[in-house]
Amino acid sequence: MKIKQNKLLYLFILPGLILYLIFFILPTLSALFYSITNWDGLTPEYDFIGFENYVNLLTNDSIFAKSFFNNIKFMLFVVIFQTGFSLLFALFLVKNTKTNIFLRALYFFPTILSSVSVAFIWSFIYDPNLGILNTFLKKLNMDFLAHNWLGDESIAIFSIAFVQVWFHTGQMLIIFVAGLQNIPEDLYEVAKIEGANRWQKFRYVTWPLVAPAATIVMAYTTIQSFKAFDLIFAMTRGGPNYATEILATNIYSTAFRSFKFGYASAESVLFMIIIALITFIQFRVLRANRVQY
Amino acid sequence: MKVKYIKNGLNVIYALLILVPLLLVFLTTFKSPEEVYRNVLGLPKEFRFENYTSLFVEQSMSTYFWNSVIVTISSVFLTLFFASMIAFSITRIGGIIGNLIFALFTLGMMVPAQVNMIPLYQLVSSLGLTNSLIGLIAVNSAVTLPVAVFILTGFMKSLPKSLFEACTIDGANNWQIYTNIALPLSLPSISATAIFLFVMNWNDLLYPLLFITNNDYKTLPLALLEFQGEYLTNYPMLFTGVMIASAPMVIAYVFLQRYFIDGMTAGAVKG
Repeated sequence: MKIKQNKLLYLFILPGLILYLIFFILPTLSALFYSITNWDGLTPEYDFIGFENYVNLLTNDSIFAKSFFNNIKFMLFVVIFQTGFSLLFALFLVKNTKTNIFLRALYFFPTILSSVSVAFIWSFIYDPNLGILNTFLKKLNMDFLAHNWLGDESIAIFSIAFVQVWFHTGQMLIIFVAGLQNIPEDLYEVAKIEGANRWQKFRYVTWPLVAPAATIVMAYTTIQSFKAFDLIFAMTRGGPNYATEILATNIYSTAFRSFKFGYASAESVLFMIIIALITFIQFRVLRANRVQY
Repeated sequence: MKVKYIKNGLNVIYALLILVPLLLVFLTTFKSPEEVYRNVLGLPKEFRFENYTSLFVEQSMSTYFWNSVIVTISSVFLTLFFASMIAFSITRIGGIIGNLIFALFTLGMMVPAQVNMIPLYQLVSSLGLTNSLIGLIAVNSAVTLPVAVFILTGFMKSLPKSLFEACTIDGANNWQIYTNIALPLSLPSISATAIFLFVMNWNDLLYPLLFITNNDYKTLPLALLEFQGEYLTNYPMLFTGVMIASAPMVIAYVFLQRYFIDGMTAGAVKG
Protein backbone atom coordinates (compact mmCIF):
# COMPACT_ATOMS: atom_id res chain seq x y z
CA MET A 1 0.00 0.00 0.00
CA LYS A 2 2.72 2.41 1.05
CA ILE A 3 4.84 1.65 -1.99
CA LYS A 4 1.89 2.08 -4.32
CA GLN A 5 1.15 5.47 -2.79
CA ASN A 6 4.75 6.57 -3.22
CA LYS A 7 4.69 5.60 -6.88
CA LEU A 8 1.66 7.80 -7.26
CA LEU A 9 3.71 10.67 -5.91
CA TYR A 10 6.05 10.42 -8.88
CA LEU A 11 3.02 10.66 -11.15
CA PHE A 12 2.30 14.05 -9.56
CA ILE A 13 5.59 15.33 -10.89
CA LEU A 14 5.09 13.98 -14.38
CA PRO A 15 2.99 16.67 -16.14
CA GLY A 16 5.19 19.50 -14.92
CA LEU A 17 8.32 17.51 -15.62
CA ILE A 18 7.37 16.80 -19.22
CA LEU A 19 6.62 20.46 -19.90
CA TYR A 20 9.82 21.52 -18.15
CA LEU A 21 12.00 19.02 -20.00
CA ILE A 22 10.61 19.92 -23.41
CA PHE A 23 10.39 23.68 -23.10
CA PHE A 24 13.24 24.41 -20.72
CA ILE A 25 15.89 21.73 -20.24
CA LEU A 26 16.00 20.62 -23.87
CA PRO A 27 16.42 24.17 -25.26
CA THR A 28 19.04 25.00 -22.64
CA LEU A 29 21.09 21.94 -23.53
CA SER A 30 20.58 22.60 -27.23
CA ALA A 31 22.12 26.04 -26.74
CA LEU A 32 25.32 24.26 -25.66
CA PHE A 33 25.11 22.06 -28.73
CA TYR A 34 24.42 24.85 -31.23
CA SER A 35 27.23 26.93 -29.76
CA ILE A 36 29.79 24.69 -31.47
CA THR A 37 28.12 24.92 -34.88
CA ASN A 38 27.93 27.57 -37.59
CA TRP A 39 24.16 27.22 -37.92
CA ASP A 40 22.31 30.21 -39.40
CA GLY A 41 18.89 29.18 -38.07
CA LEU A 42 17.32 29.21 -41.52
CA THR A 43 18.78 26.29 -43.46
CA PRO A 44 18.70 22.77 -42.04
CA GLU A 45 22.43 22.15 -42.58
CA TYR A 46 25.27 23.20 -40.35
CA ASP A 47 28.84 22.16 -39.58
CA PHE A 48 30.59 21.58 -36.31
CA ILE A 49 33.29 24.15 -35.88
CA GLY A 50 34.48 23.31 -32.38
CA PHE A 51 35.27 26.31 -30.23
CA GLU A 52 35.66 28.73 -33.12
CA ASN A 53 32.59 30.76 -32.05
CA TYR A 54 33.96 31.13 -28.55
CA VAL A 55 37.42 32.09 -29.80
CA ASN A 56 35.95 34.69 -32.14
CA LEU A 57 33.72 36.12 -29.44
CA LEU A 58 36.55 36.51 -26.96
CA THR A 59 39.27 37.74 -29.31
CA ASN A 60 37.66 39.21 -32.37
CA ASP A 61 34.28 40.74 -31.63
CA SER A 62 34.32 44.39 -30.65
CA ILE A 63 30.52 44.54 -30.32
CA PHE A 64 30.45 41.64 -27.90
CA ALA A 65 33.18 43.33 -25.86
CA LYS A 66 31.32 46.63 -25.98
CA SER A 67 28.08 44.94 -24.88
CA PHE A 68 29.93 43.33 -22.00
CA PHE A 69 31.39 46.63 -20.79
CA ASN A 70 28.05 48.39 -21.25
CA ASN A 71 26.55 45.67 -19.13
CA ILE A 72 29.13 46.27 -16.42
CA LYS A 73 28.53 50.05 -16.53
CA PHE A 74 24.80 49.51 -16.39
CA MET A 75 25.14 47.02 -13.56
CA LEU A 76 27.42 49.23 -11.44
CA PHE A 77 25.14 52.23 -11.82
CA VAL A 78 22.00 50.26 -11.04
CA VAL A 79 23.47 48.28 -8.14
CA ILE A 80 24.96 51.36 -6.47
CA PHE A 81 21.95 53.64 -6.84
CA GLN A 82 19.20 51.08 -6.46
CA THR A 83 20.75 49.61 -3.32
CA GLY A 84 21.61 53.07 -1.96
CA PHE A 85 18.23 54.65 -2.59
CA SER A 86 16.23 51.66 -1.44
CA LEU A 87 18.22 51.44 1.80
CA LEU A 88 17.96 55.19 2.41
CA PHE A 89 14.20 55.31 1.89
CA ALA A 90 13.73 52.07 3.83
CA LEU A 91 15.43 53.79 6.80
CA PHE A 92 13.04 56.73 6.35
CA LEU A 93 9.95 54.54 6.08
CA VAL A 94 10.75 51.72 8.48
CA LYS A 95 8.00 52.53 11.01
CA ASN A 96 4.53 51.30 10.11
CA THR A 97 2.74 54.65 10.21
CA LYS A 98 -0.09 55.41 7.79
CA THR A 99 2.01 57.89 5.78
CA ASN A 100 4.92 55.48 5.56
CA ILE A 101 2.76 52.59 4.38
CA PHE A 102 1.24 54.86 1.74
CA LEU A 103 4.65 56.07 0.55
CA ARG A 104 6.00 52.52 0.37
CA ALA A 105 3.04 51.55 -1.81
CA LEU A 106 3.61 54.60 -4.00
CA TYR A 107 7.32 53.92 -4.44
CA PHE A 108 6.55 50.30 -5.22
CA PHE A 109 4.04 51.22 -7.92
CA PRO A 110 6.36 51.28 -11.00
CA THR A 111 7.22 47.62 -10.34
CA ILE A 112 3.82 46.46 -11.58
CA LEU A 113 4.13 48.24 -14.93
CA SER A 114 5.49 46.53 -18.00
CA SER A 115 8.98 47.40 -19.21
CA VAL A 116 7.48 48.60 -22.48
CA SER A 117 5.22 51.07 -20.66
CA VAL A 118 8.08 52.33 -18.54
CA ALA A 119 10.23 52.65 -21.65
CA PHE A 120 7.57 54.84 -23.34
CA ILE A 121 7.13 57.05 -20.29
CA TRP A 122 10.84 57.75 -20.03
CA SER A 123 11.43 58.11 -23.76
CA PHE A 124 8.92 60.95 -23.53
CA ILE A 125 10.60 62.50 -20.49
CA TYR A 126 14.01 62.25 -22.15
CA ASP A 127 12.79 63.48 -25.56
CA PRO A 128 15.29 66.20 -26.57
CA ASN A 129 12.62 68.54 -27.97
CA LEU A 130 9.40 68.13 -26.06
CA GLY A 131 10.60 66.06 -23.13
CA ILE A 132 9.85 67.50 -19.71
CA LEU A 133 13.38 66.95 -18.45
CA ASN A 134 14.94 69.42 -20.86
CA THR A 135 11.93 71.76 -20.61
CA PHE A 136 12.36 71.74 -16.85
CA LEU A 137 16.10 72.41 -17.03
CA LYS A 138 15.53 75.32 -19.41
CA LYS A 139 12.96 76.84 -17.08
CA LEU A 140 15.54 76.73 -14.31
CA ASN A 141 18.00 78.45 -16.66
CA MET A 142 20.23 75.40 -16.59
CA ASP A 143 20.28 74.86 -20.35
CA PHE A 144 23.83 73.62 -20.17
CA LEU A 145 22.52 70.50 -18.41
CA ALA A 146 20.02 69.74 -21.15
CA HIS A 147 21.06 66.73 -23.20
CA ASN A 148 19.89 64.39 -25.87
CA TRP A 149 19.60 61.83 -23.09
CA LEU A 150 19.10 58.75 -25.24
CA GLY A 151 20.83 59.99 -28.38
CA ASP A 152 24.16 60.94 -26.88
CA GLU A 153 26.44 57.91 -26.99
CA SER A 154 28.36 58.83 -23.87
CA ILE A 155 25.35 59.07 -21.54
CA ALA A 156 22.58 56.94 -23.10
CA ILE A 157 23.41 53.81 -21.08
CA PHE A 158 23.27 55.78 -17.83
CA SER A 159 19.98 57.41 -18.81
CA ILE A 160 18.48 53.95 -19.17
CA ALA A 161 20.17 52.74 -15.98
CA PHE A 162 18.42 55.57 -14.14
CA VAL A 163 15.08 54.36 -15.49
CA GLN A 164 15.87 50.86 -14.24
CA VAL A 165 16.54 52.34 -10.78
CA TRP A 166 13.22 54.24 -10.92
CA PHE A 167 11.51 51.02 -11.99
CA HIS A 168 12.67 48.73 -9.18
CA THR A 169 13.86 50.76 -6.18
CA GLY A 170 10.44 50.51 -4.53
CA GLN A 171 10.57 46.74 -4.68
CA MET A 172 14.02 46.55 -3.11
CA LEU A 173 12.91 49.02 -0.46
CA ILE A 174 10.38 46.48 0.80
CA ILE A 175 13.12 43.88 1.28
CA PHE A 176 15.14 46.38 3.32
CA VAL A 177 12.12 47.41 5.40
CA ALA A 178 11.53 43.75 6.28
CA GLY A 179 15.21 43.39 7.22
CA LEU A 180 15.23 46.58 9.30
CA GLN A 181 12.06 45.65 11.17
CA ASN A 182 13.78 42.47 12.31
CA ILE A 183 16.50 44.35 14.18
CA PRO A 184 15.75 44.15 17.91
CA GLU A 185 14.98 47.56 19.42
CA ASP A 186 17.15 46.93 22.51
CA LEU A 187 20.34 47.00 20.42
CA TYR A 188 19.58 50.65 19.67
CA GLU A 189 18.86 51.23 23.37
CA VAL A 190 22.26 49.84 24.29
CA ALA A 191 23.94 51.95 21.61
CA LYS A 192 22.16 55.02 22.98
CA ILE A 193 23.33 54.29 26.53
CA GLU A 194 26.86 53.84 25.22
CA GLY A 195 26.56 57.32 23.73
CA ALA A 196 26.63 56.33 20.05
CA ASN A 197 25.75 59.05 17.56
CA ARG A 198 23.44 58.57 14.58
CA TRP A 199 26.25 57.47 12.24
CA GLN A 200 27.73 55.06 14.79
CA LYS A 201 24.31 53.50 15.36
CA PHE A 202 23.99 52.93 11.63
CA ARG A 203 27.55 51.70 11.21
CA TYR A 204 27.65 49.28 14.15
CA VAL A 205 24.03 48.21 14.64
CA THR A 206 21.94 48.73 11.52
CA TRP A 207 24.42 47.97 8.77
CA PRO A 208 25.76 44.63 10.08
CA LEU A 209 22.25 43.40 10.78
CA VAL A 210 20.78 44.56 7.51
CA ALA A 211 23.60 42.85 5.60
CA PRO A 212 21.56 39.72 4.76
CA ALA A 213 18.88 41.92 3.18
CA ALA A 214 21.60 43.85 1.36
CA THR A 215 22.98 40.58 0.00
CA ILE A 216 19.60 39.69 -1.43
CA VAL A 217 19.03 43.16 -2.85
CA MET A 218 22.43 43.36 -4.50
CA ALA A 219 22.32 39.85 -5.91
CA TYR A 220 18.83 40.39 -7.30
CA THR A 221 19.68 43.82 -8.68
CA THR A 222 22.77 42.47 -10.41
CA ILE A 223 20.89 39.67 -12.12
CA GLN A 224 18.09 42.06 -13.00
CA SER A 225 20.53 44.49 -14.63
CA PHE A 226 21.86 41.71 -16.83
CA LYS A 227 18.35 40.73 -17.84
CA ALA A 228 17.16 44.28 -18.63
CA PHE A 229 16.37 43.21 -22.18
CA ASP A 230 12.79 44.53 -22.42
CA LEU A 231 13.56 48.01 -21.17
CA ILE A 232 16.58 48.59 -23.40
CA PHE A 233 14.98 46.97 -26.40
CA ALA A 234 11.93 49.22 -26.11
CA MET A 235 13.92 52.39 -25.43
CA THR A 236 16.83 52.29 -27.88
CA ARG A 237 17.14 48.78 -29.37
CA GLY A 238 20.79 48.97 -28.27
CA GLY A 239 21.60 52.13 -30.20
CA PRO A 240 22.91 54.70 -30.95
CA ASN A 241 25.91 52.94 -32.43
CA TYR A 242 25.72 50.08 -29.86
CA ALA A 243 26.05 52.60 -27.00
CA THR A 244 23.28 50.87 -25.06
CA GLU A 245 23.78 47.33 -26.36
CA ILE A 246 24.04 44.86 -23.48
CA LEU A 247 24.68 41.13 -23.76
CA ALA A 248 20.99 40.20 -23.70
CA THR A 249 20.07 42.56 -26.55
CA ASN A 250 23.19 41.61 -28.47
CA ILE A 251 22.31 37.90 -28.32
CA TYR A 252 18.86 38.74 -29.67
CA SER A 253 20.13 40.81 -32.59
CA THR A 254 22.91 38.36 -33.46
CA ALA A 255 20.35 35.57 -33.65
CA PHE A 256 17.28 37.26 -35.09
CA ARG A 257 18.72 40.18 -37.06
CA SER A 258 22.00 38.75 -38.35
CA PHE A 259 20.78 35.12 -38.33
CA LYS A 260 23.88 33.68 -36.74
CA PHE A 261 22.20 31.16 -34.46
CA GLY A 262 25.33 29.14 -33.67
CA TYR A 263 27.34 32.22 -32.89
CA ALA A 264 24.56 33.73 -30.75
CA SER A 265 24.24 30.43 -28.88
CA ALA A 266 27.92 30.59 -27.96
CA GLU A 267 27.33 34.14 -26.80
CA SER A 268 24.42 33.00 -24.65
CA VAL A 269 26.53 30.28 -23.03
CA LEU A 270 29.19 32.86 -22.15
CA PHE A 271 26.40 35.10 -20.86
CA MET A 272 25.25 32.37 -18.49
CA ILE A 273 28.81 31.77 -17.27
CA ILE A 274 29.33 35.49 -16.63
CA ILE A 275 26.14 35.72 -14.58
CA ALA A 276 27.02 32.61 -12.58
CA LEU A 277 30.51 33.97 -11.86
CA ILE A 278 29.28 37.37 -10.74
CA THR A 279 26.64 35.85 -8.49
CA PHE A 280 29.21 33.53 -6.96
CA ILE A 281 31.75 36.30 -6.27
CA GLN A 282 29.05 38.51 -4.80
CA PHE A 283 27.84 35.89 -2.38
CA ARG A 284 31.42 35.21 -1.30
CA VAL A 285 32.20 38.86 -0.63
CA LEU A 286 28.95 39.64 1.11
CA ARG A 287 28.98 36.50 3.20
CA ALA A 288 32.48 37.33 4.46
CA ASN A 289 31.12 40.65 5.74
CA ARG A 290 28.37 39.12 7.79
CA VAL A 291 28.34 39.38 11.59
CA GLN A 292 26.24 38.00 14.39
CA TYR A 293 25.40 39.52 17.72
CA MET B 1 15.54 68.16 13.75
CA LYS B 2 17.60 68.98 10.70
CA VAL B 3 17.59 65.29 9.77
CA LYS B 4 13.81 65.34 9.79
CA TYR B 5 13.71 68.16 7.24
CA ILE B 6 16.14 66.38 4.95
CA LYS B 7 14.10 63.22 5.30
CA ASN B 8 10.81 64.91 4.47
CA GLY B 9 12.40 66.85 1.64
CA LEU B 10 13.82 63.71 0.03
CA ASN B 11 10.50 61.90 0.44
CA VAL B 12 8.69 64.73 -1.32
CA ILE B 13 11.21 64.69 -4.19
CA TYR B 14 10.98 60.93 -4.61
CA ALA B 15 7.19 60.95 -4.40
CA LEU B 16 7.11 63.60 -7.13
CA LEU B 17 9.56 61.58 -9.21
CA ILE B 18 7.02 58.73 -9.20
CA LEU B 19 3.83 60.79 -9.40
CA VAL B 20 4.74 63.37 -12.05
CA PRO B 21 5.55 60.87 -14.83
CA LEU B 22 2.40 58.88 -14.09
CA LEU B 23 0.21 61.97 -14.04
CA LEU B 24 1.87 63.13 -17.23
CA VAL B 25 0.96 59.87 -18.96
CA PHE B 26 -2.63 60.14 -17.81
CA LEU B 27 -3.07 63.77 -18.89
CA THR B 28 -1.32 63.28 -22.22
CA THR B 29 -3.82 60.63 -23.27
CA PHE B 30 -6.46 63.36 -23.56
CA LYS B 31 -4.36 65.62 -25.75
CA SER B 32 -3.72 65.76 -29.47
CA PRO B 33 -0.10 65.58 -30.69
CA GLU B 34 -0.20 69.32 -31.49
CA GLU B 35 -1.42 70.12 -28.03
CA VAL B 36 1.51 68.19 -26.55
CA TYR B 37 3.94 70.34 -28.53
CA ARG B 38 2.31 73.53 -27.31
CA ASN B 39 1.70 72.45 -23.76
CA VAL B 40 3.67 69.47 -22.43
CA LEU B 41 3.03 69.83 -18.75
CA GLY B 42 -0.36 71.48 -18.40
CA LEU B 43 -3.86 70.11 -18.16
CA PRO B 44 -5.52 69.19 -21.46
CA LYS B 45 -7.86 71.85 -22.91
CA GLU B 46 -10.71 69.39 -22.64
CA PHE B 47 -10.96 65.74 -21.68
CA ARG B 48 -11.52 64.09 -25.04
CA PHE B 49 -11.54 60.32 -25.34
CA GLU B 50 -10.70 60.31 -29.04
CA ASN B 51 -7.35 58.58 -28.48
CA TYR B 52 -9.02 55.78 -26.58
CA THR B 53 -11.74 55.21 -29.14
CA SER B 54 -9.34 55.41 -32.08
CA LEU B 55 -7.01 52.80 -30.51
CA PHE B 56 -9.93 50.39 -30.37
CA VAL B 57 -11.16 51.31 -33.85
CA GLU B 58 -7.87 51.70 -35.77
CA GLN B 59 -6.05 48.95 -33.91
CA SER B 60 -7.26 45.56 -32.75
CA MET B 61 -6.79 46.68 -29.17
CA SER B 62 -9.55 44.42 -27.86
CA THR B 63 -7.95 41.40 -29.55
CA TYR B 64 -4.58 42.18 -27.96
CA PHE B 65 -6.26 42.68 -24.63
CA TRP B 66 -8.06 39.34 -24.72
CA ASN B 67 -4.94 37.56 -25.93
CA SER B 68 -3.09 38.93 -22.91
CA VAL B 69 -5.93 37.86 -20.61
CA ILE B 70 -6.07 34.33 -22.03
CA VAL B 71 -2.30 33.81 -22.07
CA THR B 72 -1.80 35.22 -18.58
CA ILE B 73 -4.63 33.36 -16.88
CA SER B 74 -3.86 30.02 -18.55
CA SER B 75 -0.11 30.28 -17.89
CA VAL B 76 -0.58 31.22 -14.24
CA PHE B 77 -3.11 28.47 -13.71
CA LEU B 78 -0.96 25.79 -15.38
CA THR B 79 2.21 26.82 -13.57
CA LEU B 80 0.47 26.85 -10.19
CA PHE B 81 -1.20 23.51 -10.79
CA PHE B 82 2.01 21.77 -11.89
CA ALA B 83 4.23 23.52 -9.37
CA SER B 84 1.97 22.78 -6.42
CA MET B 85 1.84 19.08 -7.34
CA ILE B 86 5.61 19.01 -7.70
CA ALA B 87 6.11 20.86 -4.41
CA PHE B 88 3.73 18.44 -2.69
CA SER B 89 5.60 15.40 -4.05
CA ILE B 90 8.98 16.82 -3.08
CA THR B 91 7.71 17.40 0.45
CA ARG B 92 6.20 13.92 0.70
CA ILE B 93 9.06 12.03 -0.93
CA GLY B 94 11.73 13.89 1.04
CA GLY B 95 15.26 12.58 1.51
CA ILE B 96 17.86 12.60 -1.23
CA ILE B 97 15.39 11.90 -4.02
CA GLY B 98 13.20 14.78 -2.91
CA ASN B 99 16.21 17.09 -2.86
CA LEU B 100 17.31 15.93 -6.29
CA ILE B 101 13.90 16.63 -7.80
CA PHE B 102 13.93 20.03 -6.10
CA ALA B 103 17.39 20.77 -7.50
CA LEU B 104 16.38 19.72 -11.01
CA PHE B 105 13.50 22.18 -11.09
CA THR B 106 15.10 25.08 -9.27
CA LEU B 107 18.30 24.93 -11.31
CA GLY B 108 16.20 26.60 -13.99
CA MET B 109 16.18 29.81 -11.96
CA MET B 110 19.85 30.24 -12.78
CA VAL B 111 19.26 30.21 -16.53
CA PRO B 112 18.46 33.61 -18.07
CA ALA B 113 15.80 33.66 -20.78
CA GLN B 114 18.31 34.77 -23.39
CA VAL B 115 20.24 31.51 -23.00
CA ASN B 116 17.57 29.19 -24.29
CA MET B 117 15.58 31.56 -26.47
CA ILE B 118 17.28 30.51 -29.71
CA PRO B 119 16.64 26.75 -29.42
CA LEU B 120 13.24 27.54 -27.95
CA TYR B 121 12.36 29.56 -31.02
CA GLN B 122 13.49 26.64 -33.17
CA LEU B 123 11.49 24.17 -31.11
CA VAL B 124 8.32 26.23 -31.11
CA SER B 125 8.46 26.76 -34.85
CA SER B 126 9.12 23.10 -35.58
CA LEU B 127 6.09 22.20 -33.44
CA GLY B 128 4.07 24.67 -35.52
CA LEU B 129 3.27 26.69 -32.42
CA THR B 130 4.44 30.08 -33.62
CA ASN B 131 1.53 32.48 -34.01
CA SER B 132 -0.56 30.60 -31.51
CA LEU B 133 -1.54 31.35 -27.95
CA ILE B 134 -0.94 27.71 -27.00
CA GLY B 135 2.75 28.03 -27.80
CA LEU B 136 3.02 31.11 -25.61
CA ILE B 137 1.15 29.44 -22.76
CA ALA B 138 3.33 26.33 -22.89
CA VAL B 139 6.56 28.33 -22.88
CA ASN B 140 5.42 30.76 -20.19
CA SER B 141 4.36 27.90 -17.92
CA ALA B 142 7.63 26.06 -18.41
CA VAL B 143 9.90 29.04 -17.79
CA THR B 144 8.07 30.20 -14.66
CA LEU B 145 7.88 26.69 -13.20
CA PRO B 146 11.27 26.86 -11.38
CA VAL B 147 10.47 29.91 -9.28
CA ALA B 148 6.97 28.64 -8.48
CA VAL B 149 8.34 25.24 -7.38
CA PHE B 150 10.92 27.04 -5.26
CA ILE B 151 8.45 29.22 -3.39
CA LEU B 152 5.77 26.56 -2.95
CA THR B 153 8.17 23.83 -1.80
CA GLY B 154 9.62 26.20 0.78
CA PHE B 155 6.15 26.79 2.12
CA MET B 156 4.88 23.20 2.05
CA LYS B 157 7.99 21.98 3.85
CA SER B 158 7.08 24.28 6.71
CA LEU B 159 3.71 22.55 7.15
CA PRO B 160 3.69 19.97 9.98
CA LYS B 161 4.62 16.53 8.64
CA SER B 162 2.46 14.83 11.25
CA LEU B 163 -0.59 16.26 9.54
CA PHE B 164 0.10 14.36 6.32
CA GLU B 165 0.98 11.21 8.23
CA ALA B 166 -2.24 11.37 10.23
CA CYS B 167 -4.21 11.57 7.00
CA THR B 168 -2.38 8.57 5.56
CA ILE B 169 -3.24 6.55 8.66
CA ASP B 170 -6.86 7.61 8.27
CA GLY B 171 -6.73 6.05 4.81
CA ALA B 172 -6.52 9.16 2.65
CA ASN B 173 -4.56 8.71 -0.57
CA ASN B 174 -2.05 11.26 -1.84
CA TRP B 175 -4.46 12.90 -4.22
CA GLN B 176 -6.91 13.46 -1.37
CA ILE B 177 -4.18 14.81 0.89
CA TYR B 178 -3.03 17.13 -1.89
CA THR B 179 -6.46 18.54 -2.71
CA ASN B 180 -7.99 18.57 0.78
CA ILE B 181 -5.01 19.37 2.99
CA ALA B 182 -1.91 20.62 1.19
CA LEU B 183 -3.60 23.01 -1.26
CA PRO B 184 -5.91 24.80 1.19
CA LEU B 185 -3.16 25.16 3.77
CA SER B 186 -0.75 26.56 1.16
CA LEU B 187 -3.21 29.19 0.00
CA PRO B 188 -1.21 32.17 1.32
CA SER B 189 1.89 31.11 -0.56
CA ILE B 190 -0.09 30.10 -3.64
CA SER B 191 -1.77 33.49 -3.84
CA ALA B 192 1.56 35.30 -3.41
CA THR B 193 3.06 33.19 -6.20
CA ALA B 194 -0.03 33.80 -8.33
CA ILE B 195 0.36 37.57 -8.12
CA PHE B 196 4.04 37.36 -8.95
CA LEU B 197 3.28 35.18 -11.97
CA PHE B 198 0.39 37.38 -13.07
CA VAL B 199 2.57 40.47 -13.23
CA MET B 200 5.39 38.57 -14.96
CA ASN B 201 3.20 37.00 -17.62
CA TRP B 202 1.05 40.07 -18.24
CA ASN B 203 4.13 42.23 -18.84
CA ASP B 204 6.30 39.74 -20.72
CA LEU B 205 7.67 40.96 -24.02
CA LEU B 206 10.35 38.48 -25.04
CA TYR B 207 8.30 35.42 -25.93
CA PRO B 208 5.58 37.21 -27.90
CA LEU B 209 8.39 39.05 -29.68
CA LEU B 210 9.97 35.72 -30.62
CA PHE B 211 6.90 33.70 -31.54
CA ILE B 212 4.17 36.08 -32.69
CA THR B 213 4.03 38.01 -35.95
CA ASN B 214 0.33 37.72 -36.73
CA ASN B 215 -1.89 40.51 -35.38
CA ASP B 216 -4.51 38.00 -34.25
CA TYR B 217 -2.21 36.58 -31.60
CA LYS B 218 -0.31 39.59 -30.32
CA THR B 219 -0.36 40.38 -26.64
CA LEU B 220 -0.40 43.91 -25.22
CA PRO B 221 3.35 44.47 -24.62
CA LEU B 222 4.20 43.37 -28.16
CA ALA B 223 1.37 45.43 -29.65
CA LEU B 224 2.58 48.47 -27.69
CA LEU B 225 6.10 47.97 -28.94
CA GLU B 226 4.85 47.97 -32.50
CA PHE B 227 2.76 51.10 -31.98
CA GLN B 228 6.11 52.76 -31.44
CA GLY B 229 7.03 52.11 -35.05
CA GLU B 230 3.64 53.30 -36.25
CA TYR B 231 3.00 56.35 -34.09
CA LEU B 232 6.65 57.39 -33.68
CA THR B 233 6.48 60.41 -31.38
CA ASN B 234 2.70 60.53 -31.22
CA TYR B 235 2.89 60.19 -27.46
CA PRO B 236 -0.84 60.65 -26.80
CA MET B 237 -1.53 57.46 -28.74
CA LEU B 238 1.39 55.57 -27.20
CA PHE B 239 0.32 56.57 -23.71
CA THR B 240 -3.28 55.63 -24.38
CA GLY B 241 -1.89 52.19 -25.20
CA VAL B 242 0.08 52.24 -21.95
CA MET B 243 -3.05 53.16 -19.98
CA ILE B 244 -5.11 50.34 -21.49
CA ALA B 245 -2.31 47.79 -21.09
CA SER B 246 -1.64 48.75 -17.46
CA ALA B 247 -5.24 49.25 -16.35
CA PRO B 248 -5.95 45.73 -15.04
CA MET B 249 -2.75 45.58 -12.99
CA VAL B 250 -3.18 49.11 -11.67
CA ILE B 251 -6.77 48.50 -10.60
CA ALA B 252 -5.79 45.22 -8.97
CA TYR B 253 -2.88 46.95 -7.24
CA VAL B 254 -5.08 49.66 -5.76
CA PHE B 255 -7.25 47.05 -4.08
CA LEU B 256 -4.68 44.35 -3.30
CA GLN B 257 -1.57 46.45 -2.55
CA ARG B 258 -0.43 44.38 0.38
CA TYR B 259 -0.70 41.14 -1.55
CA PHE B 260 1.10 42.60 -4.55
CA ILE B 261 3.94 43.88 -2.41
CA ASP B 262 4.25 40.60 -0.51
CA GLY B 263 3.89 38.43 -3.60
CA MET B 264 6.32 40.29 -5.80
CA THR B 265 8.85 40.58 -3.04
CA ALA B 266 8.59 36.86 -2.33
CA GLY B 267 9.19 36.28 -6.02
CA ALA B 268 12.20 38.57 -5.99
CA VAL B 269 13.75 37.25 -2.81
CA LYS B 270 13.25 33.64 -3.69
CA GLY B 271 13.66 33.94 -7.42
